[in-house]
Amino acid sequence: MTDLKASDSETADLEEFRKQTRAWLEANCPPEMRKPATSDADVFWGGRNAKFASEPQRIWFERMRDKGWTVPDWPKQYGGGGLSAAEHKVLRAEMAKIGARPPLSSFGIWMLGPALLKYGNEAQKQEHLPKIAAGLIRWCQGYSEPNAGSDLASLQTRAESDGDDFVITGSKIWTSYANYADWIFCLVRTDPTAKKHDGISFILFDMTSKGVTTKPILLISGYSPFCETFFDNVRVPKSHVVGTINRGWDVAKYLLQHERAMISGMGERGVGRPLGQIAADSIGTDAQGKLDDAMLRGRIASFDVDEAALAACAERAVDLAKAGQAHPAFSSAMKYYGTELNKRRYEILMSAGGVDALEWESERSRQGARPRAWLRTKANSIEGGTTEVMLGIVAKRILDLPGA
Amino acid sequence: MALVLTEEQSMLRDSARGLISDKAPVSHLRHLRDAKDPTGFSRELWHSFAEMGFAGLLVPEEFGGSGLGFVEAGVVMEEIGRTLMPSPFLATGVVAASALSRGGNAAQKSEYLPKISNGSLLATLAIDEGAKHRPLQTSLQAVRAGNGFKLSGAKALVVDGHVADLFIVAGRTAGSAGERDGLTLFLVNPKAKGVAIERTIIVDAHNAARIELANVEVNADSVLGEVDQGAALLDGVLDIGRGAVASEMVGLSEEVFNRTVEYLKSRKQFGKLIGEFQALQHRAAELYVDIEITRAAVMKALQALDTDVAKAASSVAVAKARAGTTATRAVQEGVQMHGGMGMTDQFDIGFFMKRARVCEELFGDANYHTEQLARAGVLRRGASFNTRCRRPA
Repeated sequence: MTDLKASDSETADLEEFRKQTRAWLEANCPPEMRKPATSDADVFWGGRNAKFASEPQRIWFERMRDKGWTVPDWPKQYGGGGLSAAEHKVLRAEMAKIGARPPLSSFGIWMLGPALLKYGNEAQKQEHLPKIAAGLIRWCQGYSEPNAGSDLASLQTRAESDGDDFVITGSKIWTSYANYADWIFCLVRTDPTAKKHDGISFILFDMTSKGVTTKPILLISGYSPFCETFFDNVRVPKSHVVGTINRGWDVAKYLLQHERAMISGMGERGVGRPLGQIAADSIGTDAQGKLDDAMLRGRIASFDVDEAALAACAERAVDLAKAGQAHPAFSSAMKYYGTELNKRRYEILMSAGGVDALEWESERSRQGARPRAWLRTKANSIEGGTTEVMLGIVAKRILDLPGA
Repeated sequence: MALVLTEEQSMLRDSARGLISDKAPVSHLRHLRDAKDPTGFSRELWHSFAEMGFAGLLVPEEFGGSGLGFVEAGVVMEEIGRTLMPSPFLATGVVAASALSRGGNAAQKSEYLPKISNGSLLATLAIDEGAKHRPLQTSLQAVRAGNGFKLSGAKALVVDGHVADLFIVAGRTAGSAGERDGLTLFLVNPKAKGVAIERTIIVDAHNAARIELANVEVNADSVLGEVDQGAALLDGVLDIGRGAVASEMVGLSEEVFNRTVEYLKSRKQFGKLIGEFQALQHRAAELYVDIEITRAAVMKALQALDTDVAKAASSVAVAKARAGTTATRAVQEGVQMHGGMGMTDQFDIGFFMKRARVCEELFGDANYHTEQLARAGVLRRGASFNTRCRRPA
């Protein structure tokens, strides 16, 4: 209790920041951007060929970009907002309060940026980070390969040394939005003779480089968010390696923590209205005003409890990290639970929608938005490391259970 | 507020853990049970607790307490959960101390709170009447008589009921069972004429009693808070109790889990450590995540109680519901993974299973709290989660 005075003044500053942030958001976030996105076309991803779906989307993006709030916690010199962790938390909370959408969705923000901040050299940071923050370059991730899914480190794409360049040959799979991406961050094998984890490098290159081709993969949802990506003697300067050559696994692992945190947060970015309301609209209520399906009502209530608890845990994970008390493998725990919970949400949504939720190609169903989203969630517990891999990581790295 | 303990709170935890693990490991509870101890806890230990400032942890400094918050009370409850130490801390130090601090008038506070702080007075809340926790179903009659009231009715699962020096009894001064208006809280002397107390030995070997009141006379000064308007005070006090029990459940879940993981690392079957089997690794990992998520939800609830007890209802409901479900899972996995040993009385694991069952019923089980959330918010249009849980009218 002795520190009360110091934390009081800190709290006062934060309260002032909260007030200003609230006023700014109120004045600058267009009403149209205070509703959840209803489809992928409604999300702004940036990039060389970026198009805004609407004028409010453009306005919202540009205003946030100008404040550095596409990446609020990045340093200002790289296009960020320079916010402290506590201020960032306040901003997120205030945005959530009015339902403000993220102005820019980007693998550059979620995944590459944090890795560059930690492992990139100054030239790389100056070259790439401001462009990510401003939504100028859209990135994709070249990790998985046809025979190296969750066993990521067995990847085979080769990068052979040729003077100042590497020459890359091989293929990647499940490359999200590779067909729209401008640049790729990619894991390649630079030393085939080294042990599995020791011969890998993390390298960046332009998707328009000679020898790069992509092919979309049609999924059960009827969409192709993923691609196969092929590299045929792609020439990339060695200066594009992030971190040390052959030590790319460190970068990859660090980035995966961010990816897992991102995927575990998918539930939050899902449908904005409470499940109970959505269900009541479609099923109706009984004489006492209760949802007219007792079992579904119970499932929804339990879901709500778990979702609220997970939100608390996500908040705590950030606080633990800030306090230097976080376990490095904790993102695997969050990834496992968040994705399983998101799948539960969509099972409930399908059940609540009943026959209406079965419509696949109709105006009323917004071209089957709900069943497509439901099918999409099934990948949540596969992508970024399967649930089984996550549980294995928790068992071995956090609980220290013996290796099989 | 960050969802991590401050340095002071960590120090409090360490000192509570030191005292409790040293003086009251699980064998302490076992001993009290086997000896059929008439008090059911160690008075000596309770006095040490008081000397260290734990008994009056929630009591304002002006009444001799430490004036700390619910996060701190939760820290102590969690340590109690780790060793299952029977202690008046929950009933007296948390629930009754809060009821008196919040609802008491100047005279009531200065009479009782200093005694709670110095460990000389035990008090408890008498609320439930039926098999399940249903505060609004209170039907114990409180009829006006002269300057006061006459109380008649019965209460079940009164924690520490057979040793308490003061009962805080929920009664009905108006309305009927199920209604919110007409509830009043009374301070009742257990030695008063017409009070019958039966100590009920319950499954976890902790203290509880059934009490019956037959025309027990109390004067007007015995009312805690406002006549007929006790529900709001009671809600707040019950939420405090719920947060505390949820913390205890986090402590017991984590302890039983740690013991189970250690067992997985040492027990061999089929020529392997059983912890090498993926089926068990994954179950252990799932349980770990469950406990971590529950811990965060409970911290969130305790912080909400510290900030504004009246608005904390939804966070507390989430915390108590999660803690109940998680503790149940933790003890079940604990027994199962310990195999036949888990079923023996000689092994401690069963004690955790029994205590978890009692904690689940105390102040409402997971179904009760999930239902509260569903009623108050899930079906209510336009409500966001934070404002969702309002008490049903």
